[in-house]
Amino acid sequence: MNETPILWEETIQPGSAWSHVLKRGTALRITDVEGGANVGGIFYNFECPVERYNMPDTLKAQHIARLTTGSVLYSDMGRILLSLTGDTVGWHDPIGGTSNQQLVESKYGRATYQEVRNDYHKNGRDSFLIELGKWGLGPRDLVANVNLFSRVVVGEDGTMSFSAGNSKAGDYLELRAEMNVLTILNTCQHPLDPNPAYQPKPVQVAICKTAAPAADDPCRLSRPENGRGFTLTERYFL
Amino acid sequence: MSMTTTSIVIESKLNPAQAIYRHVIPAGESWIHEIHKGQYFRIVDLHGNQAVDTLFYNAHDYSERYSSQDTIQQQRNIYLTTGTKLISSCGAPLLTIVADTCGRHDTLGGACANESNMVRYAIEKRHMHACRSSFLKAVIDWDHGMSKRDITSNINFFMNVPVTPEGKLTFEDGISEPGKYVEMRAEMDVLALISNCPQLNNPCNAYNPTPVEVLIWSPEI
Repeated sequence: MNETPILWEETIQPGSAWSHVLKRGTALRITDVEGGANVGGIFYNFECPVERYNMPDTLKAQHIARLTTGSVLYSDMGRILLSLTGDTVGWHDPIGGTSNQQLVESKYGRATYQEVRNDYHKNGRDSFLIELGKWGLGPRDLVANVNLFSRVVVGEDGTMSFSAGNSKAGDYLELRAEMNVLTILNTCQHPLDPNPAYQPKPVQVAICKTAAPAADDPCRLSRPENGRGFTLTERYFL
Repeated sequence: MSMTTTSIVIESKLNPAQAIYRHVIPAGESWIHEIHKGQYFRIVDLHGNQAVDTLFYNAHDYSERYSSQDTIQQQRNIYLTTGTKLISSCGAPLLTIVADTCGRHDTLGGACANESNMVRYAIEKRHMHACRSSFLKAVIDWDHGMSKRDITSNINFFMNVPVTPEGKLTFEDGISEPGKYVEMRAEMDVLALISNCPQLNNPCNAYNPTPVEVLIWSPEI
């Protein structure tokens, strides 16, 4: 875990969207403030956003359907966008997807801005699209997302079940940027969260500088595939 | 690994002799074609265990497209089989699987690419033919403004990619056989895009990519 001073930090309020170009050489620490948070995330090469996070490449390169320390997030160009360099949770969901307006209305009912001001009901898809729009991107750029702090277990028959209580207050993870990564996040509830109430949770984000991954970096060594992924990423910057 | 669940096989009543369209896609080739609402669309694994990498789009708005995550989330199951609605990025059904003699299909493993092969197998594999190149060539030839932005996480018909309760994902030997097929009914006018996978580095197809056949029938009267 990175011990360098925090450059800046901010709270992402419940049900909010957030974006930032996370620079190579920095890390993003995200802390679950109250417990039970969910952070939907999609990621792009800021210099060429058609290079973007790729769920299948991430899963099959590492033979995983969960993310934790040592995992990396691959772009569709064989490069590593982000590395999971620290994690007190143990399982983050890369397959469950995000909510949309239909799902949020059917689960939680309607709550408009006119009625409840900034507590109006948001959904993951629209949050992603609004935040993407601020960077000139749109529906064609929307890709499969990760759900940080959430856990979806797949049974032997393929059924997907959401594990309540996966993340506790104070749990955190650290994502080290291996490229300049346009990072789009939102704190909408997980689409498979069985909680019948609209209760999204806040998270704290903190940015700090971090050293380049060393030859013995745990993410680099976690699989031979990741070793090649780091090589290809380093070549991009040469 | 042996299958731990029994896949349900549902056969179709449609007769190939009455199909309005039949085409064999050789291994390593792509295919792009419109399928109209109500039409039936079948993919036949002619020689067994061939990966058929497939994407679908709303034929009138390509920005609405197949979404692997929305599909598995809506049915709360990662495997596609009879009854599965293939869900778009806007939450609408593009097609419904109405018959399946294989039993289950993958939508987490994605498509191979020159770059992902370099990561998965060796950097020297860059030159080998890959699905995402086929997808790109097909949308360029289609000449309707589509590009790499439109290539997203696809379906791998006839592939077996189990996930364990511990969160491991593996490519297992196929469960398909020669002549097995999957059949869908289009719920809207769709554009289908297939790469008949040329992967030579993975034992899932016995290192031997083979042709598949696609058939289309008019809506039932």
